[in-house]
Amino acid sequence: MYAALWRVLPGPWWLRLIIVLALLAAVLFVLFEWVFPLIDGVLNKNQQGTVGT
Amino acid sequence: MSRPNPESATTPAKPRVRISFLGVAGELLLTAGVLVLLFIGWQNFFNSWVLNGQQNGAAAQLGKQWLEQSGPATGGSPSPSGAAEGGASVGPRADIPVESQPANRQTIAVMYVPRFGIDWKRTIREGTGLDVLNSSQAGIGHYADTGMPGAVGNFAVAAHDTGYGSSFLHMQNLRLGDKIYVQTKDGFYTYAFRNYQYVQPNEVAVLDPVPKQQGVQASDRLLTMTTCNPPYHTVERLISYAVLESFSKTPPAAIASEVGQ
Repeated sequence: MYAALWRVLPGPWWLRLIIVLALLAAVLFVLFEWVFPLIDGVLNKNQQGTVGT
Repeated sequence: MSRPNPESATTPAKPRVRISFLGVAGELLLTAGVLVLLFIGWQNFFNSWVLNGQQNGAAAQLGKQWLEQSGPATGGSPSPSGAAEGGASVGPRADIPVESQPANRQTIAVMYVPRFGIDWKRTIREGTGLDVLNSSQAGIGHYADTGMPGAVGNFAVAAHDTGYGSSFLHMQNLRLGDKIYVQTKDGFYTYAFRNYQYVQPNEVAVLDPVPKQQGVQASDRLLTMTTCNPPYHTVERLISYAVLESFSKTPPAAIASEVGQ
């Protein structure tokens, strides 16, 4: 899967590496900014430190 | 393919790599494992660390703003006099200002707890929903139907112990008499830590005007802080009680260097 991605990418190896790193950064940003907060809200509904909720 | 590929010209007989089902499945499983680890890292380190900085910054800005608004004589710099603690600036108890109940999500106060770190500060907002507790601009929520700072009864607040700024992570480090400062636009309320209680998550009686004494008329001015216990888990709640000691219009000496920074 990842090997296929590597072959599909254009350019010499260093350009591919830059593209891969940029993709990774984009994925991490989406995860940290939106996906993880969403998952955390679902998993830890009762983790607010409050009593009686 | 229209794209020129010099490699294919020099290595013509290279066989196509076949994508096997097991290979893809293995890679997907590895990816899932990495995602779970990333989530744990985000939850316990990145999230706490980044939001801690943002919440500290927001509270510092608010404290500075209130200080500049309050006294033209101070001119934004903390008063050098040590009269703040137990001195002449502490009026009779009836003179302690108490704000009226705010609307949901409205900003109430800034809290300073030197035991949590001399630069630790947090904004307290009305309501204990996640929109307050997880906010990068707040972190501490005020239980809607409890008292306000300085009021006779119970000023009760909640915050996370871990994650989303980890506001009350060091709650169990409080010692008897530790000062907890609450700044509103009126001035500074100084509370002194009194005791802990470990309770079940449904124990709402800790929010009573006299905690766990339902229907009893309050005479003390309490601050109650609730958070999860033990750290990183949610099976219990750790409750800290503090008693109002004094009120002053100028920053108390212990936090004078932090207010307005």
